[in-house]
Amino acid sequence: MSSLVPDHLKYAKTHEWVKVEGDTATIGITDHAQAELTELVFVELPAISRNLKAGEACAVVESVKTASDIYSPITGEVIEVNEALVDNPGSVNTDAYSDGWFFKMRLSDPGNLDELMSAEEYKVLIGS
Amino acid sequence: MTEMLKRTPLFEKHVALGGRMVGFGGWEMPVQYSGIKDEHLAVRQNAGIFDICHMGEFFVQGADAASFLDSLLTHDVTQLSPGWGQYNLLCNESGGVIDDLYLYCLKKDSYLLIVNASRLDVDWGWISEQKKTIGSDKQISLENRSTQMGAIAVQGPSVKSWINECFDEEGQGNGAGKVSELKKNQINAYLFNGNKVWIGATGYTGEDGVEIIADNDLMAELWDSLLARGHVGCVQPAGLGARDTLRTEMCYPLYGHELTTETTPLEAGLGYFVDLKGADFIGKQALIDQKESGVRKRCVAFQMKGRSAPPRPEYPVYSQDGKKIGQVTSGTSSPSLNNGIGMAYVEIDHAKVGNMLEIEIRGRKFPAEIVKKPIYRKS
Repeated sequence: MSSLVPDHLKYAKTHEWVKVEGDTATIGITDHAQAELTELVFVELPAISRNLKAGEACAVVESVKTASDIYSPITGEVIEVNEALVDNPGSVNTDAYSDGWFFKMRLSDPGNLDELMSAEEYKVLIGS
Repeated sequence: MTEMLKRTPLFEKHVALGGRMVGFGGWEMPVQYSGIKDEHLAVRQNAGIFDICHMGEFFVQGADAASFLDSLLTHDVTQLSPGWGQYNLLCNESGGVIDDLYLYCLKKDSYLLIVNASRLDVDWGWISEQKKTIGSDKQISLENRSTQMGAIAVQGPSVKSWINECFDEEGQGNGAGKVSELKKNQINAYLFNGNKVWIGATGYTGEDGVEIIADNDLMAELWDSLLARGHVGCVQPAGLGARDTLRTEMCYPLYGHELTTETTPLEAGLGYFVDLKGADFIGKQALIDQKESGVRKRCVAFQMKGRSAPPRPEYPVYSQDGKKIGQVTSGTSSPSLNNGIGMAYVEIDHAKVGNMLEIEIRGRKFPAEIVKKPIYRKS
């Protein structure tokens, strides 16, 4: 089964995607990640204005079977969260790259975007 | 080093159906196909088919088979007539549960035990050891046919409408000439393409249905036949994930969660399956003592109040005044109720239906109410 990996996004090895617009980044989990996690029944989002370091566990998603951590792919401050996910966690499964976004951050160090993967590199990682 | 997982005769079927394979009790089993919620609701509304070939099959036969089993098992074996089965428990001397199992009387002096995959070796060791001691001068033959036999469960309200298509009468004489005529806990032999199979009306989902027990080399053909003939009743393959949510809604215990050698059937709320008035069995005295002095903890069912993450095994349980009183043993998001549900052991003073609990989930406490078992009831 091949997963969707849009070219215009950056990717973390922990299967989050990042969309950068100016000094703001939108973060979600990849299509590959949602398929591996299976149907989500609960999403716990980070608090607004929380400062996150790249690699820090900051959200939790739960399927019927298990709970899994989601990691911040970059360093910065949380400025907005997708409250709609709380009522409709399933949109992560159906629209991982649009309605299924998790939170937005203000980048504190644009330099650490270099640590992220391109779509091509991420496709290699997941064997897609 | 990962352990070598065993595969059932249906492994290729699961892979072909898109099953997601995981390790369970030493076996590589499908946790889901289309999705846990979808499969769960299919079983509640139509029908699901489960591979349970990983479970163990022990045969106990001979003139003293009944009395031997009665001296090992908590439930009264002597009340079991040919053609019937019962839920039963195997305990150690201190009343701790070695395993929970299904016992069938196939005919006079001939019994079949269906045991958990994760406890198969322990059970076989224990029963074999008891045969050498308490069974030494008795007429009993023990046979472990777990590697040669398998089983398939079909569960759900539509099963009765199509199951007869797959089997012919065998003429064993246990009544129920047709599979759909089997009453709860009844078992009989049938023919599948001319081969003898045993079919018992039981399950682990709370729905009507049967378990078909047969030689391993029939399993693949049987699976295909059930899926093809069950098509009219919308049968679909269901994995261990749905099996777990279905049994949790019904509050059926799972070994390693509600039942361990450190818990007794009385603490688990399974006193109905413990006959303290009849013949002696291993663990009976300990259970009589516990009943007289009173259990200190009990397994309760609970439902989360309001929105929370699903409860999970080992989450701590608190009373409303903040005292730690127990721990969750099974917990999930109920596909039928769309809410967190589970079972927990709590101190006896708090184990009352209607009592409020607090469940700690990742450092925060969320309210839950102790509810009557089963958590899910057909409306």
